[in-house]
Amino acid sequence: MRVREWMDREAAPRSTFAFLDDGAKKDVRRALLKAVAIPGYQVPYGSREMPLARGWGTGGIQITLSLLKPDDIVKVIDQGCDGSVNAVNIKKFYERTAGVEITTDTALATLVQTRHRIPEEPLTDRQILVLQVPYPEALREVEPSEAQTRRMHAEADYARMWLHLYEDIVRFGEIRISYRYPCTVNGRHVMDPSPIPRWDVPKLHMADALFLFGAGRERRIYAIPPHTRVEPLEFEDHRFRVEDFSGKSCARCGATDTFLDEILMPDGSQTHYCSDSGHCDKRRAGWKPC
Amino acid sequence: MTTAPTTQTSVQPTAVPASNSVAETSSRGSMLTIRNLSKTFRLHMLGGVELPAISEVSFEVLPGEFVGLSGPSGAGKSTVLKCIHRTYLATSGEILYRSAHRGTVDLVSVAEGEILEFRRTEIGFVSQFLRVIPRVGAQDLVAEPIRLRLGVDLETARLRAASLLDRLGIPRKLFSAYPATFSGGEQQRVNIARAVAWEPRLLLLDEPTASLDKRSVDAVVELFAQLRENGATMVGVFHDPELLERITDRVVRIGAEP
Amino acid sequence: MEALLRAHGITRRYGPGCALCLDSTGADAGTNRCPTCGSVWACRDVSLELRAEEALGIVGESGSGKSTLVKLLHFDDPATSGYLELARLRQLEGIGGIYADGCDWSRDLFSMDRYRQRRVRDASMGIVYQHPHLGLRMGVSSGGNVAERLLSAGWRSIGAMRQRASHLLERTEIPLSRMDEPPRNFSGGMQQRVQIAKALSGDPPILLLDEVSTGLDLSVQARVLDMIRTLREELRLSMVVVSHDLGVIHLLCQRTMVMKNGQVVESGLTDQILQDPQHGYTQLLVASQLQ
Repeated sequence: MRVREWMDREAAPRSTFAFLDDGAKKDVRRALLKAVAIPGYQVPYGSREMPLARGWGTGGIQITLSLLKPDDIVKVIDQGCDGSVNAVNIKKFYERTAGVEITTDTALATLVQTRHRIPEEPLTDRQILVLQVPYPEALREVEPSEAQTRRMHAEADYARMWLHLYEDIVRFGEIRISYRYPCTVNGRHVMDPSPIPRWDVPKLHMADALFLFGAGRERRIYAIPPHTRVEPLEFEDHRFRVEDFSGKSCARCGATDTFLDEILMPDGSQTHYCSDSGHCDKRRAGWKPC
Repeated sequence: MTTAPTTQTSVQPTAVPASNSVAETSSRGSMLTIRNLSKTFRLHMLGGVELPAISEVSFEVLPGEFVGLSGPSGAGKSTVLKCIHRTYLATSGEILYRSAHRGTVDLVSVAEGEILEFRRTEIGFVSQFLRVIPRVGAQDLVAEPIRLRLGVDLETARLRAASLLDRLGIPRKLFSAYPATFSGGEQQRVNIARAVAWEPRLLLLDEPTASLDKRSVDAVVELFAQLRENGATMVGVFHDPELLERITDRVVRIGAEP
Repeated sequence: MEALLRAHGITRRYGPGCALCLDSTGADAGTNRCPTCGSVWACRDVSLELRAEEALGIVGESGSGKSTLVKLLHFDDPATSGYLELARLRQLEGIGGIYADGCDWSRDLFSMDRYRQRRVRDASMGIVYQHPHLGLRMGVSSGGNVAERLLSAGWRSIGAMRQRASHLLERTEIPLSRMDEPPRNFSGGMQQRVQIAKALSGDPPILLLDEVSTGLDLSVQARVLDMIRTLREELRLSMVVVSHDLGVIHLLCQRTMVMKNGQVVESGLTDQILQDPQHGYTQLLVASQLQ
């Protein structure tokens, strides 16, 4: 018997739909239910080994695998791009283990998995966005001890997080956080929105879609249910601001209303492209955002 | 001494707390009635040895009266004053005080909070030594009780303090200096000024003139006379028997009869 | 003067405790550690009452439990048993579940959840520790240190917080030019004054002072004590003053409790404690004082 045949025979009876066994899926779904019930609260779960190294999106993958149905249409992006190696690999994985349809069109997808961006096109109440999270603890910057940060969350003791922002303003005249901007969810928990740019933070607020956050290495799951208040930490006299792209536009589609990546050209000049490649492609194909 | 219950002619218009029902038997009209007051010190460091300081002291003080306490050295004159002030805890006996607003109370047993209230509003004590307060000058030291207890503003309090220090012969150039650096006599005069500045209703004097020269004593005596004109009642111990006779209305002898 | 805070039977035990503990620890036993089970009774059955605008002194040697007591009052450490109640305070009215209808006193604060305890503490108490590093974040600016309590109490205006911080730092004689410097750069006396400013930031009615002047030079100590006296009077503060220095207690406090091996051996008016101490330990303490 050739190795290949042996592998097929060994693998066939055990492989279940969407790779994960039922026990693992149950564990993740249970964590998801709790996460949705307590918006912004980090639910610990037993993160499984994936055919991918931890830190490469295993948290998001486990959530997606636990939710996939055969008729799902999945979009996977990496920093806005459908074509990056990591995104492509993950898509292939879903295709092979669940046989689901893959798309680059946000509007068609029932489930979007993303690393560090939220699509420009507004998500609907029929869609779920799964975010890959490297560091789920928003307070880690100010408190190294996990026992302490858990206590702080339990008591809503966020003065030190606020103090951190206060110090930034006193020292530098503004808050220096460019991504992973801490937000208060549902008026209670301070949450790390994953390393999305500030540009994407307002999209979390009172959204129609469900946001699920998975940190595989750190073994945490949290969520923002639809129509939940998500407020970036800000002061009355120092408001939260998104990135400013005024005067710049996408060199491909001409957009002036999207998050732009800065590209350094070989001749040293700068140009800008949409970070959300699917959105950019749609625009170029003549589609107009309503 | 009679302990017969009094008739309906209670001296007190205000209600008397139940625990102080003894007040019923206090002599009518007296400000302070001391009965069978005893104080024994127990020294634990010397194996619990007991040192009796005063035993069965009884006397009365009428409103507006100036009563002097006399007796040989060590007879316990200061002890009586300190028991009245609750600086010492009496071992037995009672000290009935007719307060301005709270009826007659036994200073031996009344709650600490009441004592603090009396000290704040009614009862003053002049000790032999000045208690200096770091970083507070003489004038401010005297102004403090005027301001806090009489509720006047800082400027008025400082003016009154200045005139009082003037009367007691403290040179103006010392007004803002810290009394810790003063001579014994100067400190004592600042001390008196601080204690009487707010015009307490009952003033306890524990050898206030001990370290003063003749001229200062005269100034202090004059000050006391004025306080009495304003209605103060005083009980005092004086180092100098002649002075005691001269300035008090009546002398009560403490300790063994001669 | 009405009572503001009252505590009953406060006990803090470290260790399992056993049947022999009570007889073999305490002031009379001369130790707070049970020789049988090794439990330490840091604080045992302490009751106290603090009146409005009053300063209550707590004296005793190291290990007597006086610092533990203020930490319990400040919810830094959970009490093993006992009750703590606060009178109806305007500062606490916004916090739900503190007062039962028609009651002048709060519910037992020790049995409340930590979230409420923290809110009660932020609204009603300030604390100054002996070691500034316990009360201050040494790497954060002095203004930020003062702002922390305000942030905790829900302040969200940088301008308003900086105004309040500069006002308090000015009151505690910290030059405003150094407001954005971390206390790590400051002398011990200055750090202590930043701590006082921080403790007062939320305008609390109660100030807890734990050995506040210990370890400072005499002149610096005098300055800090004078400042506390002035602030107490102006802000109408009630204070609990922990010190092993009878001079500090005499200067600040009307009433005093004497603690030994976790127990209160004597309490009374401060001048009475100092001039007519009743308990053998207090007599020893008073006799050991430098004049």
